[in-house]
Amino acid sequence: MVTSATPIDNAAAPPAGLRTFVQRLRDGDQIAHIITLVFAATILLITSLLVYELWINSGLSRSKFGLMFFWTRVWDPVSGDFGAAPFIYGTLVTAVVSLAIAVPLGLAAAIFLAELAPRRLSDGIAFLIDLLAAVPSVIYGLLGIFIVVPLMRTVVGPALKSTLGFLPLFKGPNYGVGFLTAGIVLAIMVVPFIISVSREVLLTVPREQREAALGLGATRWEATWKVVVPWARTGIMGSVFLALARALGETMAVTMVIGNDPKIATSLFAPGYTIAAVIANEFTEATGNLYLSALIELGLVLFLMTFILNGLARLLIVATERGGGRPS
Amino acid sequence: MKKVVLMASLVLGLAAISGAQSGTALLNAAGATFPYPIYSKWFDVYHNAHPNVQINYQSIGSGGGIRQLLAGTVDFGASDGPMTDEQLAQSKVKILHFPTVLGAVVPTYNIAGVTGDLNFTQKALAGIYLGQITKWNDPEIAKANPGIKLPGEDIVVIHRSDGSGTSYIFTDFLAKASSDWKSKVGTNTSVNWPVGLGGKGNEGVSGLVKQTPDSIGYIELIYAVQNNIPYGKVQNAVGKFVKADLAGVTAAAAGSAKDMPDDFRVSITNAPGATAYPISSFTWLLIPAQIPDAVKKAVIKDFLKWMLVDGQNYNEGLSYAKLPKPVIAKETKAIDLIQ
Amino acid sequence: MSDLRLTWRKSLNVVMLTLTGVAAFAVVSVLFLILGYLIWNGGKSLNWDFFTKLPKPVGETGGGMANAIVGSMKLLFLAAVIGLPVGLIAGVYLAEFGGKTFSFITRYTTDLLNGVPSIVMGIFAYSLVVLPVKHFSALAGGLALAVMVIPITVRSTEEFLRAVPNSMREGAMALGASKWRTIATVILPAASGGILTGMLLSLARVAGETAPLLFTAFSNRYWSPGWNQPIASLPVMIYTYAIAPYDDWHRQAWAAGLVLLALVLIANLGCRLVLNRRGSYRSV
Repeated sequence: MVTSATPIDNAAAPPAGLRTFVQRLRDGDQIAHIITLVFAATILLITSLLVYELWINSGLSRSKFGLMFFWTRVWDPVSGDFGAAPFIYGTLVTAVVSLAIAVPLGLAAAIFLAELAPRRLSDGIAFLIDLLAAVPSVIYGLLGIFIVVPLMRTVVGPALKSTLGFLPLFKGPNYGVGFLTAGIVLAIMVVPFIISVSREVLLTVPREQREAALGLGATRWEATWKVVVPWARTGIMGSVFLALARALGETMAVTMVIGNDPKIATSLFAPGYTIAAVIANEFTEATGNLYLSALIELGLVLFLMTFILNGLARLLIVATERGGGRPS
Repeated sequence: MKKVVLMASLVLGLAAISGAQSGTALLNAAGATFPYPIYSKWFDVYHNAHPNVQINYQSIGSGGGIRQLLAGTVDFGASDGPMTDEQLAQSKVKILHFPTVLGAVVPTYNIAGVTGDLNFTQKALAGIYLGQITKWNDPEIAKANPGIKLPGEDIVVIHRSDGSGTSYIFTDFLAKASSDWKSKVGTNTSVNWPVGLGGKGNEGVSGLVKQTPDSIGYIELIYAVQNNIPYGKVQNAVGKFVKADLAGVTAAAAGSAKDMPDDFRVSITNAPGATAYPISSFTWLLIPAQIPDAVKKAVIKDFLKWMLVDGQNYNEGLSYAKLPKPVIAKETKAIDLIQ
Repeated sequence: MSDLRLTWRKSLNVVMLTLTGVAAFAVVSVLFLILGYLIWNGGKSLNWDFFTKLPKPVGETGGGMANAIVGSMKLLFLAAVIGLPVGLIAGVYLAEFGGKTFSFITRYTTDLLNGVPSIVMGIFAYSLVVLPVKHFSALAGGLALAVMVIPITVRSTEEFLRAVPNSMREGAMALGASKWRTIATVILPAASGGILTGMLLSLARVAGETAPLLFTAFSNRYWSPGWNQPIASLPVMIYTYAIAPYDDWHRQAWAAGLVLLALVLIANLGCRLVLNRRGSYRSV
């Protein structure tokens, strides 16, 4: 039975609020608090510095072009005319193409893993898919150049042309490199994220939901598609946003297969350019401060795009994990 | 804890192995991909002769060489497009141009069934790169190649995606070949290409041409030779079709040797002469006139002297032509300008 | 009447469920395809030279990537030395000390930093380190990688610290330990397995990054002494060799790709097995 008898160690004490600052200091707690706080603040410092550098170094370009920068389609280092439109277009198109492929594929695979596969198999495959997510981008680029591009040129391209060639999306010569190829490579890169997060989210859907649907006579598929998936909808959306953010920022794999042509074209076979790819290609050689400034402004634009998307993604995923995703 | 200490000492030991030996001169240079094969050979040979000198040359394109030199992140640069007056004005130090080799830019192509040499008129090349000539069996190309069966396929145009001296040389030629090109696109290391795919460096363009059927690209001669990619003959200023070789390039430079300006910036594309190859060019090392580091200055000056004498012996083996003798003499004097 | 509808629903059921299986199979096959192709092509090209020799001049066959392998290790070392402590201690703050708003801001900023495209990190390191000192360096490259390591480490540290049961904290406090002592001698050791694997995973992630190195570490034909010179790295070499026309370079790019992938996958495999967690980290 212990009352407030003399503690063995002088440092043991009544609750923190009653100790004086000096006492806490001597205990080392305050110091620990301060030190860890400083390190946490370093992260804020780094991020602010990042945004600051991007802002300052793009100043020349921002003041010269203003908001027109977003609409100008020309990228002409000779005349000093720079516009972001082809790159924003390319970044968005490749991202959309990749999602168009990855979301159905990824969601379907996630459904299989969460609903149908036996738990052990599901865990095993999910493990392998996580490994897929760890493969570096430059290796996807390597595979892109030597496998996907020739495949596009010899098999997929002609096949698409003969079946869907009437659509403006598939008109024009097929080089092997281009928007579609980049989209395919990106799809392979982001599908693991979609599967991973969607699977986890689907697993959190309460059993009662499934059982209720099945009890009412639904088939397995109907129960899944009409009850379980909508329940997990926000989380799945979150995974899509995450994948999108990854696709937007992807540099190496894209620059190796997109054709490096700053043009806006309707055909998916056409070569294009993305923000990340043009920065990677032209940064070390941008002669002239305006050129460099324009490239950094592009970096700022990309930063903002991924910033907004990541924010939305986190919100959605957290909302599902906490609230239980009531379909609203 | 013990494990951490062990790991740390292991890595530090590793870092120490790759530590600098005292007395090693490390120079960093960057620039043109056009002369990269000969430069990498030279720096390698020089390093073997002077083991304590390492010249790390990265081929990132002439635009990159100029940029990094102006930013001061490299000790010297390399470019096949001479620096413009504006660019020179951006530098705090005076920059000297030193021609190193003569080379040729060739039109390479990858057309199924066509293994022989295609003849390209000046109009044909300009038209292809302007996007006005779109098929291989276009009359402008066909009429110059009566014996060859050209397919009706679309031409896949390939150009440089990075700032390139090779592009400078090629667009310089096209501007002289076609007033249309001159007014619409112009001459520069990086232009607004009307059509085509972009490859990074001579290496990238060669790679793309090799892998893409029905394509055409412009690259330095040695890249075509080393990679067995066919390249065509180009029509020169007097109308003859010349295939790029050492004789043609040397003929193109013959006139310039006499009138070489003091800063060595000169264009020899579309040079007069029946045997002259029209897309020839000097390529330059860009050296700051003032080098504060005494060791680096000594290395650079010594390398330049070596390059003008012994280095030239490696040119022809890699399909670059030697510098004309008057130019070598003039350069040797100019080395003294480096303070 | 409803018989037809029932048949339709039943067949739809079978078709759709099969399709999901096909999708899962397709994705897994892609992984094996990637691995298989790399092992086949890379394995053919791996030889002793690759690990011990320096690159040869352009166009000549042979040579290796010894300097790039050591270069990547040096860059990872820098990233670890600069980034891991920051991540660890910031993670401790968030898990043990944090106030409400500041923690929220820090977490949000960490997530933001995590989502920044690696090429933008390269621009950042370039303007911060390369421009002022006027040369490319291993230090600049290491810094870019370190900034990428920090967010991943913060989140995993925080997660694992939080996972330590409160009873341990209370027990230590009851025995008279101060807060920092509790953390240092009880909590951290308890979470150490998870934290260390989180660190290893973050390093594995940045080991394959190319974009941030393009204009910070640049590249080097030779050994790079010290920390202040440009330095070669595996990912940059793969990129440079892959887009070139020389067949010998392609061969070497495959070999390098295999080595890089092997390192990354082994690290990931090891970590995840140790952790035995279901699903993936959010620290993706």
